[in-house]
Amino acid sequence: MPFSFPPSIEPFVLPALYIVILVAVFPLIAGYIVLLERKVMADIQVRLGPMRVGPHGLLQPIADAVKLLIKEDIIPAKADRMVFWLAPVISVVTALVALSLVPFSKYFFVADTNVGLLFLLSITSVGILGIILGGWSSNSHYPLLGALRSTAQLVSYEVALGFALIGGLMVAGTLSMQQMVHAQLEQQMWFIFYQPVAFVIYFIAALAETNRTPFDMPEAESEIVAGYHTEYSGFRFALYFLAEYANMVVVSSIAVTLFLGGWLRPFPNVRLLDFLNYAPILAMFVLAFFVFLGASRERRPIDKMGLAGLGAVCALIGLLFLVPAVLDWVQGLFWFVLKVFLVLYTFIWIRFTVPRYRYDQLMRIGWRWLIPLAMANVIVTAIVMILF
Amino acid sequence: MPEITTAHYVMLSAALFSIGTIGVLTRRNVVIILMSIELILNAVNINLVAFSNQLMNMSGQAFAVFVIVDAAAEAAVGLGIIIALFRNKETVNADEIDLMKW
Amino acid sequence: MPESILNGLFFYVLAVVILGGAIMTITRRNAVHSAIWLVVTLMGVAGLYLHLNAEFLAAVQILVYIGGIMVLFLFVIMLVNLDEAAKQRQFNRQWSLALICTLVVLVEFGFFLMRGAGSFAFAEPGQGALKPNTELMAVALFQDYLLPFEIASLLLLVAILGAVLMAKKEI
Repeated sequence: MPFSFPPSIEPFVLPALYIVILVAVFPLIAGYIVLLERKVMADIQVRLGPMRVGPHGLLQPIADAVKLLIKEDIIPAKADRMVFWLAPVISVVTALVALSLVPFSKYFFVADTNVGLLFLLSITSVGILGIILGGWSSNSHYPLLGALRSTAQLVSYEVALGFALIGGLMVAGTLSMQQMVHAQLEQQMWFIFYQPVAFVIYFIAALAETNRTPFDMPEAESEIVAGYHTEYSGFRFALYFLAEYANMVVVSSIAVTLFLGGWLRPFPNVRLLDFLNYAPILAMFVLAFFVFLGASRERRPIDKMGLAGLGAVCALIGLLFLVPAVLDWVQGLFWFVLKVFLVLYTFIWIRFTVPRYRYDQLMRIGWRWLIPLAMANVIVTAIVMILF
Repeated sequence: MPEITTAHYVMLSAALFSIGTIGVLTRRNVVIILMSIELILNAVNINLVAFSNQLMNMSGQAFAVFVIVDAAAEAAVGLGIIIALFRNKETVNADEIDLMKW
Repeated sequence: MPESILNGLFFYVLAVVILGGAIMTITRRNAVHSAIWLVVTLMGVAGLYLHLNAEFLAAVQILVYIGGIMVLFLFVIMLVNLDEAAKQRQFNRQWSLALICTLVVLVEFGFFLMRGAGSFAFAEPGQGALKPNTELMAVALFQDYLLPFEIASLLLLVAILGAVLMAKKEI
C-alpha cells in the first residue's frame, strides 16, 4: 500500500468512511423506498403511480424532497420551541445510529460489537422519545393522543419483539451481528428454519414497532389526523419521515441478519450452486436490459436519453463487477440488500392488503397472543437445546 | 493531563449523588423527586462499575444490573403512586400531601 | 501519549455532561424538561460504562433506563397535569437546611477520598480479565448470583402488580 494512516487512527478510517457513505446515501435510498411503496401500492390498486417527474416517475423522490425542504417552517405559537425542535432530531439520529450496527456485508459495516443486537435494540428504543416529545411539544390534542397511543404500542410490542429475538439468539449463541451470520454459515441453516415461530412473532412485532399497517394506530388518519406529527411540516416532517423509513430498514435488517442468513447467498455450502456468486453481474445486466427496453418505448426524447443513460450506467456497473475483487466485495452486499428489499416489499404488501386494527384489538394481540407465544417459544427452544 | 483513576470516578459519583440528594430534599414536585432518586441510583452504579474495573471482578457489574432492576421497580411503583395521588388530591407537590401528618 | 489524553478527555467531557444534565434535571420548572435533561445524564453514564469496558451494562442502561423508565416518566407526566405545578413555588421551605446538610456530606466524601486516594488505581490493562463482557456477565448473573437474580425478578413482578393496582381507578 503506497499510503497508510498512522496506527493510532488507522482502525477508525474505514468506519468513518462508511458512516459518511451511509449518512449521505441513506436519505436518497429512503426516498426511493417511498417511490417503491407508491409504485407497489399503485400496482396493487391497478393504477400507474407517479409517472410525471422523470421517466416512470423515477425523479419523484427528489421532487418530493425539494418540495419538503423549501416549504415554510411552521412552529405552532403555543408549542414548546426547544422540544419541538429537538424531537425530530432525536428520531432521525437514533434511526441513523442504529444503521451503524447493521452488517451490510462481510466487509461493509461500521461497528461490530460484542453486544451488537442489544445495543441496536436500545438505540431504537430511544427513538420512542422522539415520538412522545414531538407529540407533547406540539401542545395540541391530536398529536398528544397520537404520541400516547404510539408510546403504549411501542412499549408493548417491544416485549414481544425482544422475546422473539431471544429465541433466535439462543440458537445463534452470540449477540454480535457478524457472528450471527457466521453462526448460520457454520450450522449450515438459516435460523428461520430453526425458529419459524420466533420469526413470525418478530415480523408482526416489527410491523407494530415501525407503526406500519395494520398497526398504524398512531397515525390513523380517520381518527387522529396524523398522530404525533400533525403539527410538523416541511423539513421537520421530512426528518420524521426519514426516521420512519430508516427504522423500517433497521428492523428488516435485523430480521435478515438473525433469521434469513444475512449477507450469505442461498445455500452457501453447496458447491453445485457456486454460479449464484455471479448473480450480481447477471442482475445488473438484466436491469440494464430492461431499462434499455423501457427507453425504446419512451416517447419524449429527454426521457429516452435519461433511461438510456441509466441503462448504460447499469451495464457499466455490471462490467465493473466482472473484476473478481469487486465481485467479492459486492457479493454479500448484493444478497443482503436483496433480502432486505424482499422484507420491505412484504411490509408494503401487507400495508395495502390488511385493514387497520382497533386499538383494543392491537393491545390484545400484543399482550394475550404474541408475548405468551414468544415466551413459550423461548422455553421450548431451551428444552430442545438441552435435550439434543 | 493526569491519568484517570478510580478516584476520579468515585469523585464524579459523589458529586452526582449530592446533586441527586439536593433534588430529593429541596424539590416540591414528586415527579422530579423520583427523577432525583434515579440520579442517586446512577451515582451508585458508576461506583460499582468503576470498582468492578479496578478489581477485575464481574460482581460489581452484576450488582449494577440489580440496581437497574431496582430502579425500574421503584419507578413503576412510584409513578403508580403519583397517578393515584393526583387522582385523589389533584396535586403533585410533596409538602401538600399531609393527610397523615399531625 | 495520545491514548491517555484521549481517555482523560472522554472522562472529563462525560463528567461535564453528567453533572450538567443532573443540575439541569433538579432545577427545571417544567417536568418534561427535567426528564430530557435526565436522559442526557443517563446517556452520559452509559458512555462512562463504555469507557469502563462494561458494554453490556451500557446497552442495558440505555435500553432499560431511557427506553423504559424515562418513557414511563414522560407517559405519567403527560397523564398528570403538571401545568399548575410548574407555576407554583418549586422548592420547599427547608431548602437551605437541605443544601447545608448535603454540602456537609459532600465535604465528608471529599475528606475520605483525599485520605484514601492512594489506593485507587486501575488494574494493569492487558490481563483481559473482563473480556468478553457479555459471556462473563451471563456467568455472573446465572451462576454466581442466581438467587439474587431470581429475587430481583420476583421484585419486578411485585412492582408490576403494585403499579397496576395503584394506577387502577377502581379495584
